[in-house]
Amino acid sequence: MTATVLKPGLLTSLQDGGRRGYAALGVGRAGVMDGPAWRLANALVGNVGDEAVLEFTLTGPTLRFSQPAVIALTGAHVDARADAHALPGWTRCVLPAGSVLQLGGMRRGCRGYLAVHGGFSASAVLGSRSTDMHARIGPLDGRMLRTGDVLAIGEQKARASQRTTHTPHVLSWGLDPRPWFDDVASPLALLRGHHYAQLDEASQRVLFDASFAVSKDSNRTASRLDGHRLSLRQPVELISEATLPGTMQLPPSGQPIVLQAEAPVTGGYPRIGQLAAVDLPRLAQRRPGDAVCFRETTLDESLQRLARRQERLQRLLYRIEERLESA
Amino acid sequence: MPGADALPTAEAIAVALNGAPFIEALSEEAWLLRFGDTIDAALNARVHAAARRLQATLPGIECVPAYASLLLRFDPLQWIDIGTAAPDQRLHDAVLSSLQDPAVVVDEARVVTVPVLYGGDHGPDLHDVAAHAGLSEAEVIARHTAADYRVAMLGFAPGFPYLLGLDPTLAMPRRADPRLNVAVGSVAIGGMQTGIYPQALPGGWQLIGRTPLTLFDLASTPPSLLQPGDRVRFRAIDAREYERLAKTVGGNA
Repeated sequence: MTATVLKPGLLTSLQDGGRRGYAALGVGRAGVMDGPAWRLANALVGNVGDEAVLEFTLTGPTLRFSQPAVIALTGAHVDARADAHALPGWTRCVLPAGSVLQLGGMRRGCRGYLAVHGGFSASAVLGSRSTDMHARIGPLDGRMLRTGDVLAIGEQKARASQRTTHTPHVLSWGLDPRPWFDDVASPLALLRGHHYAQLDEASQRVLFDASFAVSKDSNRTASRLDGHRLSLRQPVELISEATLPGTMQLPPSGQPIVLQAEAPVTGGYPRIGQLAAVDLPRLAQRRPGDAVCFRETTLDESLQRLARRQERLQRLLYRIEERLESA
Repeated sequence: MPGADALPTAEAIAVALNGAPFIEALSEEAWLLRFGDTIDAALNARVHAAARRLQATLPGIECVPAYASLLLRFDPLQWIDIGTAAPDQRLHDAVLSSLQDPAVVVDEARVVTVPVLYGGDHGPDLHDVAAHAGLSEAEVIARHTAADYRVAMLGFAPGFPYLLGLDPTLAMPRRADPRLNVAVGSVAIGGMQTGIYPQALPGGWQLIGRTPLTLFDLASTPPSLLQPGDRVRFRAIDAREYERLAKTVGGNA
């Protein structure tokens, strides 16, 4: 079973939960930018949860499946068709053999996820099927998809995939994306960073009061923020230390940068904030030009939000599994 | 040292321990242990001692050593008490004891010898480094091979070692115009540091030579030739030995 790439879409890559345990050797995690969307896409197609999916940005890929395929689309809402039939997101769709799945643009949100039952079965590199485009590690030698790539898909176990239909079959129920894909305007939770105190007074205020815009230069490594230049009271000379997704750095340009899934493992810019881990997927879904504002949070609050989200996610994953089994 | 009943809370998690390092809670899932803010061999040795101890006692926690700090990345739902944002007792105890451990890891560290063909096409900046230092090229090579280095951290690219221990007379600022493509295996000087390019990369350091060894190979376990805390020595080789090693060690022919 394979999927042939007819059009690659934008910045489309295979991703899973990321590459853990190699940061001390200079290898970052990479992995999906929107973790809950990834888990839910896998759950909808009946995967155990950690299979690789396709992550795409603003425009999705077009693929042809060699055999019947069970798919689900989560994350940003993308226009999807299988041959002549429009497909909904956040549910499970069974496509007949030879289907061409065409994913178009997104009206809201920035990153979409396509899971297929059986999972995209690239071989794991250092324990992960995530593509690290910067370090060129992972499936397809660490690059994004290209036209003509043939992606292997793991063994199909679901009965649905063997059903011989000529039109796509869509489950009678789907998930409500709203709890997982929220309003663009609401502020993101930011913890003060080690060098926050070194920002000048105006910059300290601006960071929490003003609205920024996601720059078009943003990618899987970092979201750059346009709109206000921040400045330090005086320049600081720093030695490199470890960085991680969510770290907000202030380079000499004054344009704040929030590191993302493909964050380098070390960096030497002042660290003025840290986006709460629970809000990383929300920033990942902001498009270039979208507004971003921040509110100050505490560790307590962000931990509690993270724990609540995890609990809701686990409950939902369990219910999806139950309903798929009883179907 | 706080007892079991005095776990740091969310508000007070950044604590100074009697002149010992700061624990800075970066986010829900990461702490940074700061040992200082300078590039200093003794500080860095403490970082590696703490990293080794924590890696041995806290399975599943990712430790990322840097010059003077150590990042711990963990699953908060497993290691933190959500209600109070206080760390799990194991995490708390292991971190505090690792911070107060003055152990220096010099003696237990591996020593890796890196053969280098200096100068010529493989070290196009050797001449400039010599001129900058007011030395002959042979003297630069002698001083570069005489020093005992330590892998302070890996970063920039997979397997790129930042080495501490450069003879201060060899220090030289980065090139004003970084090269778009530095050859794999290039041995270089950037400021007070020396390093080795594990793959062909853009880079602004001064290139003084090249090693035939493979520094980063996904097929090897571990994939990086050098590990944080390792000691490194350079050995000058000639073109014939370079060719021979490049063939026999699966190196950068």
